[in-house]
Amino acid sequence: MSRRKIRNAIRLGASYIVLILLCIAAVYPVLWVVFGSLRPGKSLYSKTLIPEKFTFEHYQELFTSQTYLFGTWYLNTLKIAVCSMILGVLLTLLTSYALSRFRFRGRKTALSGLLVLGMFPGFMSMIAIYLLLREMQLLDTHLALIIVYAAGAPLGGTFIAKGFLDTIPRSLDEAARIDGASNFLIFRRIILPLSKPMLTYMALTQFVGPWVDFIFARLVLRTKENWTLAVGMWDMVSSNQNSNFTLFAAGAVLIALPITILFMFLQRLLVDGLTSGASKG
Amino acid sequence: MDRHQHRDRATLLSILCMGLGQLYNRQYIKGLLFVLFEAFSVIYLIRNLGFALWGIVTLGETPRTGANMNGNWDHSIFIMIQSLITLLFVAVFVIVYIMNVRDARNIGLERDKGKTPNNFKQTIRYVLDYKFAVAFLSIPALGILFFTVMPILFMILLAFTNYSAPKHIPPAMLVDWVGFETFKNLVALKTWSHTFYGVLTWTIIWAILSTVTTYFGGMLVALLINQKGIRFKGLWRTILILPYAIPQLISLLVMRNMFNGQFGPINQYLGYFGLDGLPWLTDPFWAKVTVIVVNMWVGIPVSMLLILGVLTTIPKDLYEAAEVDGATGFQKFKIVTLPMILFTTAPTLITQFAGNINNFNAIFLLTGGDPVKGDYQYAGATDLLVTWLYKLTLNQNKYNMASAIGIIIFIIIASFSIYNYRRTKSFKEEDMIQ
Repeated sequence: MSRRKIRNAIRLGASYIVLILLCIAAVYPVLWVVFGSLRPGKSLYSKTLIPEKFTFEHYQELFTSQTYLFGTWYLNTLKIAVCSMILGVLLTLLTSYALSRFRFRGRKTALSGLLVLGMFPGFMSMIAIYLLLREMQLLDTHLALIIVYAAGAPLGGTFIAKGFLDTIPRSLDEAARIDGASNFLIFRRIILPLSKPMLTYMALTQFVGPWVDFIFARLVLRTKENWTLAVGMWDMVSSNQNSNFTLFAAGAVLIALPITILFMFLQRLLVDGLTSGASKG
Repeated sequence: MDRHQHRDRATLLSILCMGLGQLYNRQYIKGLLFVLFEAFSVIYLIRNLGFALWGIVTLGETPRTGANMNGNWDHSIFIMIQSLITLLFVAVFVIVYIMNVRDARNIGLERDKGKTPNNFKQTIRYVLDYKFAVAFLSIPALGILFFTVMPILFMILLAFTNYSAPKHIPPAMLVDWVGFETFKNLVALKTWSHTFYGVLTWTIIWAILSTVTTYFGGMLVALLINQKGIRFKGLWRTILILPYAIPQLISLLVMRNMFNGQFGPINQYLGYFGLDGLPWLTDPFWAKVTVIVVNMWVGIPVSMLLILGVLTTIPKDLYEAAEVDGATGFQKFKIVTLPMILFTTAPTLITQFAGNINNFNAIFLLTGGDPVKGDYQYAGATDLLVTWLYKLTLNQNKYNMASAIGIIIFIIIASFSIYNYRRTKSFKEEDMIQ
């Protein structure tokens, strides 16, 4: 029996060591960039991970300098992300509700159509959307981005959301319908409260999308005052690649922080959303 | 008197002009709405349809030159998109027209049977109760039509034109239809086909390697955490989930700096052990290794989460039964755990594979497709089809080639995903779940 105990201890010990190594690998880049943003000077190279002196000057520079309008960009991004999140989630939810709960002609076609359309490489359509926005005279406006993000939302999210809604027993709806509830009422009083994990998951993905999109946003937003964080960040990276690493690090921390905090807090719900959508296919 | 008097008259009138049938059926508000829509459409189409047909056939006839600088010149691509929008509007118009005729006919039929037609309020009530799905889907459908379908059609059309730098860039030059020439060049013309097959091969290798490494890496981590006797399971999970919580835009750009050959910390630490630094991002082979490794860092947490979820659903009695039969730990894993995981996550695995073929971020943000390969057309050693397509579009303005590649990517991914989807439960036995 004692031999088995020893073997068990070895197994556990080895596992702990591997886990600790993995954790270091997961956390190290994060620490590195956070400490990098607090380091005086501009260079990428540093002798030690933890800087000898801490400074907040890079963060200050981001908000006060003429070239980086981080304050404005933050507000722009927040506005675009929140608006397109609300619209996008609403559209996705309605689409998946209709596809999950109602049987009508062309339903399977609509499902396959959504699946197929979602698979075109996104920026293939960029040129066309750019030209369309030009026709509508919406270039360089935030409205354009909100419309495009929201209109694209059902393509990505419908399947996962539908998979989730399929698991809510239909007898609930039927009972409510017998009591005389309208479709709207059923949607609001039964479906919405029950799909909270799914809603969180969808809202988060919808929120993150605009937050980090630097390709399409860069095409549409031309004036610096209208930029989003990701566009500004990308501009910073592509214009002075390695010359000012610490400033980049500060910007990176500022962009990643809200998203990372949201993700960590909503972890539980995320797991639910991810697995419920996945196991149903 | 004819038994179907109302039906026939209403049908005929509504064919003549939208809404007349409804007016005849005494559904005034609905009829008026239809008439207004018809009036608007007719005015729009009279002003645009002729131009659209001419435009889609010729793609413009007069390029901009010094002489007609501020006068009449054609921009082929603007003409193409305007024509496309008009033609899509025609499609919407036709659908509404058919709906209108069918509606008038049905209501007429009801009247023949002696029922009074619904008034406007009742109609709305009816639609919300019985046609809810279709009525609601029309909103996202319109958005999808103009922001997804239209761009896709536009892209498909582009692949059959010669819209590319340096010879066919409007407004100074015109664009023409060329049929399948672009595709022919892509697969048969030496300069293009060499790049195409090279990039395609790497795309497939990348998709397989990145999917397998993240999937089994995630499984390994999940099993480690889930072992009997491991404490602080929640803590480990929370820490290891961190890479997933950071937006890829940031984490990949940070990684690019970490793997920097000259000043990056990775080579710096290798130096401490007396090892020479490696050209992580500048050597074709090592760049490929780097993208795979970094992709593991980004992708393992998702797989880990998924598989941890699956592990909790495996019934305990399966393990107990195996133990009674004297199975060792490894046997339990092979006979119970692995099949269960594979079975539940197989669809996700295929989705991930398809997603990796299109994994733009991982490549573009990390290496930008570099290091450049001399004998490639505008592509580098780590370029995937998507990133190559991006470069062709935004840096080189070879729009027709990019569109052709886009169509090919689509065909590859679509066939995987449709196969995958048709096999899943939610498609086949949808109504049996409940």
